[in-house]
Amino acid sequence: MPQKIVKSKIIFEGEIVETIGEVSTEEYERWGANENLKVVGKPVSRIDGYDKVSGSAVYTFDKILQRMVYARTLRSPLPHAKIKRIDISKALKVNGILDVITFQNTEDIDWYWNSSKLFDPHLRYQGDEIACAAAETAELAEQALKLIEVDYDELPFAVNTKKALESDPEKLTGFKKPDLFTYDRGDFSKGISESDESVEDTFTTPVVIHNPTEVHCSTVAWDGGKLTVWDSTQAIFSVRNAVADSLKININDVRVIKKYMGGGFGSKLEAGKYTVMAALLARRLGRPVKIYLDRREMNLAVGNRPDSHQTLKVWGKRDGTITAMSYKSFGAVGAYPQGAAANWPFRTMYKCPNIKVEDQNVFINAGRARAFRAPGHVQGVFALDSIIDDFAYKIGMDPIDLRLKNYAEVDQVFNVPYTSKLLKEAYSAGAQAINWDLRNKIPGSGNGVIKRGIGMASQIWWGGGGPPAHAMLKLERGGYLTVISGTQDIGTGTYTILAQVAAEILEIPMEKIEVILGDTGVGPYAPSSGGSQTIASVAPAVRDASEKMKSKLISAAAAIMEIPEDKIKYNNGEIESIEDPAKKLSIADILKELREESLLMNGSREANPDGYTTNSFGAQFADVSVDTETGKITVNKIAAAHDIGRPMNQKTLENQFHGGILQGLSYALMEERVIDESTGQVVNLNMHDYKIPTVKDVPKIEIIIVSKSDDLVNNVGAKGIGEPAIIPTAGAIANAVYNAIGVRIKSLPITPDKVLNAIYKFN
Amino acid sequence: MSKKKGISRRNFIKGVGTGVVGSYVVVPALNNKAAKNLSDNEELQLKEGWQVLSLKVNGKKIITKVKPNTLLVDLLRNELQLTGTKVVCNQGECGGCTIILDGKPVYSCQMLALDANGKEVTTIEGLLLGEELHPLQQAFVDEDGLQCGFCTPGQIMAAYGLLLKYPDPTDEQILNGMSGNLCRCAAYPKIIKSVKAAASRIK
Ligand code: FES
Ligand code: FES
Repeated sequence: MPQKIVKSKIIFEGEIVETIGEVSTEEYERWGANENLKVVGKPVSRIDGYDKVSGSAVYTFDKILQRMVYARTLRSPLPHAKIKRIDISKALKVNGILDVITFQNTEDIDWYWNSSKLFDPHLRYQGDEIACAAAETAELAEQALKLIEVDYDELPFAVNTKKALESDPEKLTGFKKPDLFTYDRGDFSKGISESDESVEDTFTTPVVIHNPTEVHCSTVAWDGGKLTVWDSTQAIFSVRNAVADSLKININDVRVIKKYMGGGFGSKLEAGKYTVMAALLARRLGRPVKIYLDRREMNLAVGNRPDSHQTLKVWGKRDGTITAMSYKSFGAVGAYPQGAAANWPFRTMYKCPNIKVEDQNVFINAGRARAFRAPGHVQGVFALDSIIDDFAYKIGMDPIDLRLKNYAEVDQVFNVPYTSKLLKEAYSAGAQAINWDLRNKIPGSGNGVIKRGIGMASQIWWGGGGPPAHAMLKLERGGYLTVISGTQDIGTGTYTILAQVAAEILEIPMEKIEVILGDTGVGPYAPSSGGSQTIASVAPAVRDASEKMKSKLISAAAAIMEIPEDKIKYNNGEIESIEDPAKKLSIADILKELREESLLMNGSREANPDGYTTNSFGAQFADVSVDTETGKITVNKIAAAHDIGRPMNQKTLENQFHGGILQGLSYALMEERVIDESTGQVVNLNMHDYKIPTVKDVPKIEIIIVSKSDDLVNNVGAKGIGEPAIIPTAGAIANAVYNAIGVRIKSLPITPDKVLNAIYKFN
Repeated sequence: MSKKKGISRRNFIKGVGTGVVGSYVVVPALNNKAAKNLSDNEELQLKEGWQVLSLKVNGKKIITKVKPNTLLVDLLRNELQLTGTKVVCNQGECGGCTIILDGKPVYSCQMLALDANGKEVTTIEGLLLGEELHPLQQAFVDEDGLQCGFCTPGQIMAAYGLLLKYPDPTDEQILNGMSGNLCRCAAYPKIIKSVKAAASRIK
């Protein structure tokens, strides 16, 4: 088999990960444009659609097992404290209560990269885990939690990032101040000396919460020493490893299953404490345990997009050439180690030889940050594309012309070319779709109370995927195919797209293909569903397996028909003699002849090409109306033009773009976690106070895909789309608001009060 | 995952339902543990004031006992194992638990089960004819009116309620009718398309 173990490089959310892994070394003919294809790229309906609309899809939250009990968690009510005394005796008297675990009656289990414990008596934020109770019903477990007596030593805290930056971090969390991230390129002072003009500004972005509709939850069951975990997760293998390590049991004694899940957006990329707590309780009780968080806990304790306070300065010539740029930012990672950096787009988006970056992570006494759909980039692009626009207006240049003038042909951090970059095409398609010429040449120059504006912002992200990623095919009697892989479909359409790839190659109708994902006990390893890497990693593995299966069928047909293999062709799912097309076998015939019930084949993702980086690119354009009397902003239209390699499924693609754009819109205009600084309490812990868009907030959306395929990145030509969709929306809206009213709002979300204040100060 | 064939869900529920009626019919007469030889469980139920509740769910009469503070959504999900109905916020903010009660969409997390006494409930499972999707459900598949699918049962039941009231809804009626249902995946554009497609198919 042409398989090889090689060293390969992938970029996952900004981290370069070198992996040594098994890859396919087969080179397959590239597909060309989607017009040449029968199934891939077509608007195929989701193959799991039935389950989701009928109510028959059993999500982890819906899982019911025999003798199952329920677990709920007690969390710190204080932003910073140490537990002085804890007494669970009253809780244990509740009728129906089965068990309560705390740091006192469980073994030490390391958490947050050994910075803390599963149950740590040092509580660092409102929401930190104190105890977990299991009872016959969830309600009884909650009742028991209320009866746990805890005395606290209250400690000083800070929930404001700026204040925390100025205080002693060890007093706030006990952790050292994280190292300052720095990056330099070129000759900074030379860049400044070459410039004619400069602009500088500070932009701030809020903490926002993922709030997927399905709460974080697990259902766990032991069979002796073997543990099965149903988990609402984007990363079955990460959960398996974390659970096995925590419980000190064998990896293959833990099986993690996730068939359907109600969203994650990054918050479900790592194992939750709750899963391990449920496993401990289940082992002690000898009964399956279901554990879940409620909406309040979701808003406290399972991650967020960190805030950012970004100061950017751009120096350039009057002809638009940018000669130097500097970036200084800080953001809160919450109470435990994590990253909050947002500088990546700044380093790569626009051409600039001389740059300086400083980025500081800050601990505060609030919920820890986690990856959230395009971590760093959503914040970073808002600030970067705002300052770029400022520079354009300052020198009187069309903002798109300025971006074209400073177009980066190569990846400036690694100094290598991109496998593909069609950003210019995206600029022109988006500009046309939004009617770019109708923008105010002088911002704010429109008349009337309602002022209209047009703005845009650019997008960069990775999403080329990479090895290791594997798939298995099982071809069965009658010509039915099952595709099996250890990745997961988190609502993005992975089930369907993988089936489409197999259908394309083997020419088996979609109705005859099943896909099994999300089960560590069944599927070979494939990556977590994050970083927009799923399809770009796994679809090529499915193509590899399908092509090899095709060769196997041809050799089987050769043996059966007694014709040399090179006199045989694969045609429309049948294998026929080239010389005598009447001589042919169906897949079903072959299996029958072989007296096999199934034919098996493995496939793997190929290595990434040497000497390139893969990024997706795009630009979004916003058309907004601002009511200058009420401050209300209405987004009339978003035009999104992107280079994402090959579009694999038109329907799911549009849907993901809609989702990304609308989440970007609410990031720009609505969402913000608010904490009362004097008490350290989060004040908006539900879906009424924490605003997310409704059906009424949907503007007109036009999606234009400017790419046909990226033939260098992988054998299907796809780059990921989940994260690109959200990256430029807020930046485009902010620039459109500036274009409408002529005064820049530098802090997200752009709420009516900020608009009115800005207009008032300006006049 | 493809279309399911086999026994009709509705007939199946009918079978189960008869059993339920039989087993609970004696309950109201109980009042004294010793005299009636009550189990611990039954004694607890008596203490907690469990009540007999009778309602119609997806066309089938159900008689059961509930604790007075049991929410309708918990009765449906935990007791009747109709887990198609979801809980997202559990406090009347998102529409994830929408069901049809006597012809009107309601948030089942905001109702006590006992308040549904004598009423008729339709859940997402009740729209199916056997294993056959209702045209409204089919429209959500065809128009891809979902991503993760977790809000979808609520969306579909809200749409069902909307179409009961306005079989030929205007754009504004659709926006109003669907505005109580949050979708964090923000599949809204295709949700609207699905509702429109269903309206024109059902007409
Ligand atoms: S779960 Fe009932 S309205 Fe949200
Ligand atoms: S489809 Fe995921 S929340 Fe609506």
